[in-house]
Amino acid sequence: MKQLDSPNIVEAINLSAGYDSTNIWRDATFSIKSGEFVGLLGANGAGKTTLFRLLLGLELPTQGSLTVLGETPKRGNPRIGYVPQRHSIDSDSNIASIEYVRLGTFGNKWAFALGKKAKHELSQAHKALALVDASNLARRPLGELSGGEQQRVFLAQALVGKPDLLLLDEPLASLDIRREVQLIQLINNISKSTGVSVILIAHDINPLLPVIDRIIYIANSKVAAGKPAEIVTSKKLSELYEAPIEVLHSSSGRLAVLGVEEAIHHD
Amino acid sequence: MTNLALIASSTFSPNLWSDLRDMWQYSFMQHAFETGTVIALVAGIVGYFVVLRRLSFAAHALSHAGFAGAAGAVLIGINPLFGLLSFTSLGGLAMAALGKKAASRDVQIGNVLAFMLGLGVLFISLYKGYATEAYSLLFGEILGISTTNVFITIAAAILILLAVIVLYRRLLFTSLDEDVAEAKGISMLGMNIAFMLLVAVAVSVSVEVVGVLLIFALLVTPAAIAQQVTKNPRHGLIVSALVALIATWFGLFISYYAPYPVSFFIVSLVFATYLIVRLIKHLTAQ
Repeated sequence: MKQLDSPNIVEAINLSAGYDSTNIWRDATFSIKSGEFVGLLGANGAGKTTLFRLLLGLELPTQGSLTVLGETPKRGNPRIGYVPQRHSIDSDSNIASIEYVRLGTFGNKWAFALGKKAKHELSQAHKALALVDASNLARRPLGELSGGEQQRVFLAQALVGKPDLLLLDEPLASLDIRREVQLIQLINNISKSTGVSVILIAHDINPLLPVIDRIIYIANSKVAAGKPAEIVTSKKLSELYEAPIEVLHSSSGRLAVLGVEEAIHHD
Repeated sequence: MTNLALIASSTFSPNLWSDLRDMWQYSFMQHAFETGTVIALVAGIVGYFVVLRRLSFAAHALSHAGFAGAAGAVLIGINPLFGLLSFTSLGGLAMAALGKKAASRDVQIGNVLAFMLGLGVLFISLYKGYATEAYSLLFGEILGISTTNVFITIAAAILILLAVIVLYRRLLFTSLDEDVAEAKGISMLGMNIAFMLLVAVAVSVSVEVVGVLLIFALLVTPAAIAQQVTKNPRHGLIVSALVALIATWFGLFISYYAPYPVSFFIVSLVFATYLIVRLIKHLTAQ
């Protein structure tokens, strides 16, 4: 992975996002350092995926400035790995998982890869699958895999280009609690071992709290960002959601957030 | 005497080599094999991406747009292939603008399809010539293909194959994973336009062999067979092209002895292969 001049992988100053003249959210100021694991939370339609689209250079901010990996966001940045939210995978898809992974870094090239180039592509894809403990899935069709297995393949696809920043849009959706915890642990291990920064969109903060370094909350067009200890407080979250939110501290020092779901549904 | 009637008098002999030599004496059989070969390759390869993108119905609708174009061309006295190409290309561009929504807009596409078929029927009824023109467009008439169309078809096929070679990885990426492909800097609109134009040309040339109504035989069924038998997209392209090619060759070969349409034999061969492959897959899965 390349060394950055600035220790910040992402830097947003007074950033606003929206369509036409309407802002979805505004005045977001935050930074993300190399190797950090960041949780991005908020209700459906709050604008979490919009932040990803800004980071990917697919949309422009309406106000403020945004720097990603030391430069203005650009479409097709090979240093960003991206796992979009996939609503459904075609169960008839008979294409082997390794082919999906391979496309993660070579899919935007022209023509066919032949000889040594083809072998190199394949070996990179196998390494990425090994990194997510999914080598056994290489030959299996994506449509036949369980939700947790599919997420591992998508993760491998995002990692195959050895990115500096990983954007994961709701990878925990439709997973049961055990698989949710396993996937979070896997992503955390990869982040710590490779130094890749991770921004993960989720609905529930609780399974993420033990591993995240930083948190970004989007609610009611406002954005709150900081370390979990600064943001995950009853006062801060109640202000953000404009509803009573409780933060409980267990005897082992762990946090649990209650009331966010009700606040979202109340909106 | 029609070409079909001319060859219907041929009888099967144990000496296949001698039969093939006899068959090759007819220039229309030569044209049929030459054109059928390139069309099968093109339809098999482009069809593989059509099936991957779940655009089978859209491709079917394009052939109906082509029917209106070809019937209009017949009416005003120009080469029907030009009418086919222009109408399928316009239809393809409209579908490209819809992007991935094209796969899920069955009702809208169905409405346009019905209107185009109606338009084609009107043009054919206004045409004072022979009803065989309409029959050829609907069910194909490769045995009557002209020398001019042989050249146009081969040129179009070469262009399509070159385009697929150049665009291969991008076509595959955008077919399998549109969101990630877009994030990786691939223009979805650009790829959709390029792909739908490829489909438009492939549909236009395939109509010459199997006609508007049997377009699935070359464009969809061989690709569906390929997707059943291999998990590797490169192998899938080869299998799809080979199935289309072998079915076309056998269809032409059988039609040399039997007084029935070539398109019937091609459709029957690919359909039988599809059933057998599904059956084997079903049995091996148990």
